[in-house]
Amino acid sequence: MTRILSFARQPLVVALVLIALLLYLGQTLSPGFASGGQVLRLLIVASLLGIVAAGQNVVILGGREGIDLSVGGVVSLSAIIAGNVMNGADSGIVPAILACLAAGAFFGLLNGLGVTLLRIPPLVMTLGMLGVLQGLLVVIRMGIPSGRAAPGLSSFVTQPLAAGIPGIIWLWIAIGVLMAFMLHRTVFGHRIYAIGSNEHAAYMAGVPVRLMRVALFMISGMFAAIAGLCLLGYSGSSFANVGEQYTLASIIAVVFGGTSLAGGKGGYTGTMAGAILLVILQSILTTVNIDESGRQMVFGATLLLLMMFYGRGRAMRA
Amino acid sequence: MAEVTITSRTRAGGMRKLLERYPFLPALAIVVALLLLNGLFSPNSLSYRSLTGLLSTYMALVLLAIAQTYVIYAGDIDLSAGSILSLVNVAIVVLMERWGGGAGAVLLALALGLLLGLGCGLLNGIVVAALRLQAIVATFATSIFFTGFALYILPVAGTPAPALFWRTYGGRLLGVPFVFYILAVLVVLLLVLSRTRLVTQLLAVGDDQQAAFQTGLPVVQVRIKGYLLCGLFSALAAFCITGDTASGDPLVGGRMTLYSVAAVVLGGSALSGGWGTVVGSLLGALTIGLINSVVFFMGTPSEWQNFVQGFAILVVLMAGVLAGRRARA
Repeated sequence: MTRILSFARQPLVVALVLIALLLYLGQTLSPGFASGGQVLRLLIVASLLGIVAAGQNVVILGGREGIDLSVGGVVSLSAIIAGNVMNGADSGIVPAILACLAAGAFFGLLNGLGVTLLRIPPLVMTLGMLGVLQGLLVVIRMGIPSGRAAPGLSSFVTQPLAAGIPGIIWLWIAIGVLMAFMLHRTVFGHRIYAIGSNEHAAYMAGVPVRLMRVALFMISGMFAAIAGLCLLGYSGSSFANVGEQYTLASIIAVVFGGTSLAGGKGGYTGTMAGAILLVILQSILTTVNIDESGRQMVFGATLLLLMMFYGRGRAMRA
Repeated sequence: MAEVTITSRTRAGGMRKLLERYPFLPALAIVVALLLLNGLFSPNSLSYRSLTGLLSTYMALVLLAIAQTYVIYAGDIDLSAGSILSLVNVAIVVLMERWGGGAGAVLLALALGLLLGLGCGLLNGIVVAALRLQAIVATFATSIFFTGFALYILPVAGTPAPALFWRTYGGRLLGVPFVFYILAVLVVLLLVLSRTRLVTQLLAVGDDQQAAFQTGLPVVQVRIKGYLLCGLFSALAAFCITGDTASGDPLVGGRMTLYSVAAVVLGGSALSGGWGTVVGSLLGALTIGLINSVVFFMGTPSEWQNFVQGFAILVVLMAGVLAGRRARA
């Protein structure tokens, strides 16, 4: 009995059960909600969030109040860069990918250096960086048009690639497998958990803590950049602050996936389920016929309710 | 731990001693430097009149930063402060309009606004301290709820506040601009609060929650009280923004939340809790206002203004963190 109970309380299981329940609820509220095509559309949206959350996930796992509030800015920036580099031509896709990755890595590097060398708390550093990125977006937007997605990129994101499933979902699955491999089978992954659960002990054991932390922020920047690129493919052209919503949503996806904000505990598989859960919830609220205010109130209340299932803090004991 | 502190204190040089006693000094220096810069680029901006304008524009951010400080004292954070501000803003504007906009209506609406702010703070406190959800994500969720409520009260921005209200806020009383009275009352209020046991308790909880619990502090209640103070000051901030913009806007505070966190850090308080000053947060909020004004008066091309502001805020944020750490060392 206890074994069943502890299995049922695993975050991944909780998330999957909730996903099934929400799909059922959606299907009852508006028939066709859980149809194949609709689920694929949901998964495309979830994969965009999930890719951002992958970077957020490693930063949070790395501990010391690790968090990256600048991901939303990087997503927006990357969408603009990609749109201008490719400007509607398939030949521009590879240069666009390289340019986006470079930009993401650069801002991640700045975040990482601020956090390690100057020992600025990640929340403060990445919050400041978000302000810089938002300013940069205004500068870029005044100077040049927002650009267009190449047809190749758009079809990769929205059209079936293999087995009737769009390329971006395959990409997300690949990222999921890679993340699981990296976190659980490589030295790098083990070191993330090590610095996340006890930085000092990890340092004493010879883990290059600072280097690791800089790398985590760079990974986060690059995942956000990939998501920005895919987002451009999804919407065709970028618009102001398209990435803003991803900042806090990615943190929520990580939390719903069972990763503790204190670091050192959790994984990416749960985060993927968390991203799907969040997107389904939003989608149900859009199909239900209530106005914006009611939708937001229900969304906020449901988020609170769902959080009750996950990693609540321990009660104080003497 | 205590011994280390004592030795460092006895060895402390004059500068460090000064920082230890007045941790907001770096923030004050930054404010003075920015004022001078402002005066350099536009001598007119140091006039009594423009300073009054600056204060009445940024009074709301000052109060929101102070609100944020009390939760950060206890090691928590409130990402819903801005949406509490929006909610109270639309609530009082709609109530004042419905009740005719007379003096009685204004006062009654303000009283209800304070209660609404306290109610929001109580909800946050229960969710974070009693239900033990993680503060960052839980207050983000409540912020969505509060924003929805604000949209329910007033779906689109635009309902004007009664003239009596904003004329008083922007006007003068006995020849002195009204905001200075607000500032004076605020200073007294902060002084009184700083003498109460609550602030010490908040700091104790933020410093080491377990230790605070073991010495017998009701940790949960203390943290809830921190959120109550935050709700109260967010409501006061809403009064100021209503006086400044003279209208209701359900999304007015959305962007102010992160600025309020930035202002607290600028003021040298530790985000991890247990250490900080409200005066620092007040100066931090003014710093953000002054940066915006300097960037404007410098003649920065309009498309670059946001970038320069963002960059300058990042730089002073770093300075705030480094100075705060120096003071605590």
